Amino acid sequence: MKNAIEVKDLDFYYGKFKALSKVNIDVRRNEITALIGPSGCGKSTFLRCLNRMNDLIPGIKAEGSIKVEGVEINNGTTDLVDLRKKVGMVFQRPNPFPLSIFENVAFGPKIHRMAKGDELKDIVKSSLQKVLLWDEFKDKLNKNALSLTLEQQQRLCIARLVAVRPDILLMDEPCSALDPVAIQKIEDLMRFLKKDYTIIIVTHNMQQAARVSDRTGFFLLGELIEFSETDKIFTAPSDKRTEEYITGRYG
Amino acid sequence: MIERSFEAELLELNDLILKMGNMVQTSIHKSVEALKNRDESLSKDVIESDRNVDDLELLIDDKCITLIARIQPMAADLRFITTAMKITTDLERIGDLAVDIAQKNIELITMPLLKPLIDTPKLADIAKKMIAESIDTFVKRDSTRSIKIHSMEKEADKLRDLITDELAGIMMKDPTTVPRALPLLLIARYLERICDHAMNIAEDVVYMVEAKVVKHLPIDKK
Repeated sequence: MKNAIEVKDLDFYYGKFKALSKVNIDVRRNEITALIGPSGCGKSTFLRCLNRMNDLIPGIKAEGSIKVEGVEINNGTTDLVDLRKKVGMVFQRPNPFPLSIFENVAFGPKIHRMAKGDELKDIVKSSLQKVLLWDEFKDKLNKNALSLTLEQQQRLCIARLVAVRPDILLMDEPCSALDPVAIQKIEDLMRFLKKDYTIIIVTHNMQQAARVSDRTGFFLLGELIEFSETDKIFTAPSDKRTEEYITGRYG
Repeated sequence: MIERSFEAELLELNDLILKMGNMVQTSIHKSVEALKNRDESLSKDVIESDRNVDDLELLIDDKCITLIARIQPMAADLRFITTAMKITTDLERIGDLAVDIAQKNIELITMPLLKPLIDTPKLADIAKKMIAESIDTFVKRDSTRSIKIHSMEKEADKLRDLITDELAGIMMKDPTTVPRALPLLLIARYLERICDHAMNIAEDVVYMVEAKVVKHLPIDKK
């Protein structure tokens, strides 16, 4: 099976408001998938469906099928703690805990009782290596995470996810608080990580989607209008609405 | 809806391509007239005015590069700007070929006329029509005419072959005619090359409008 995620006929409601309508998408493993579209089009809602983060909001309803690594997760029996371990999320603003670098990365493995002692140290080391922070901070692991730059904090948040061995990384505008140099570094990191993870990124920055992703989906008013290879979307989109949006004619 | 801020710049680019297209059409027209009328000063005019075509090519390229850097175009805009860059290259080469014709004219004028020109003006007419058509398809974003332009190119190939065969026959019969026949042979070749460039433009327009690549495809697949 080459798909990490398979979504069929997904409808999503906030109370009576239908935020997603008949969304069908297959996300390929070890690819970076970008979701673009105007504000309020449903792309972040969709992203949050993939690890059931919307469940925290009262009055929501999701209908349809969402399979993660072949397992249906849109039902009453899914273990949400386990799901969110498998499908981690990076947010707009880096949100490290006000703890040391070490404690931030060790937090997940400790909670999930995955490791302790030297094994825990190894996980922290390999996770920081994955996000290319190890060499710089291997002697400063007790440094408070909040003293890092925003870009380093965002890397640390990714390391925190990586530590619990997820399959999928969801990124909701992970670069919107970062300057251009930091953005480039996070994008480089995403490319580096995709050999081990499936990454889905929501971004308002179309150039970022064009630079970093393998496939791109365009959402509009709760519908997935078009989903195909990024090269195709940005040079020859099939749908007129995609064309209008990415050339700035929409709205 | 507020017009996109760079819409005027895209329109300006369109107008510049049209202007360059008109310039090379004029150059070909003049070089062919100069050939028919053995007109040295008109030939020199073609050679001198080629600098304007070259300058315009540089200006258009510069505009395209600036637009790519500044607006980071996507989809139809991206295809339009990249096509404009390719078309200027073809137009500039057409301008150079008009100069080549003019230079051969100047050589020919120093010698008696080998034979009345019949097929060469016909070939020149096709070349002029093909450029006019292909520029028009670009300006009007009309991708439907590439087949028609392709059939004109085939016609041009046939005429070039006819001219080549005829001149080869004359040269074989009387080798002293070679100095007078060779420039005519080359002119036919230049005109046929002009048609090829016009065909390139028409094919690029198909990509620009439909995002479909028809280059190097057999006619029935275009």
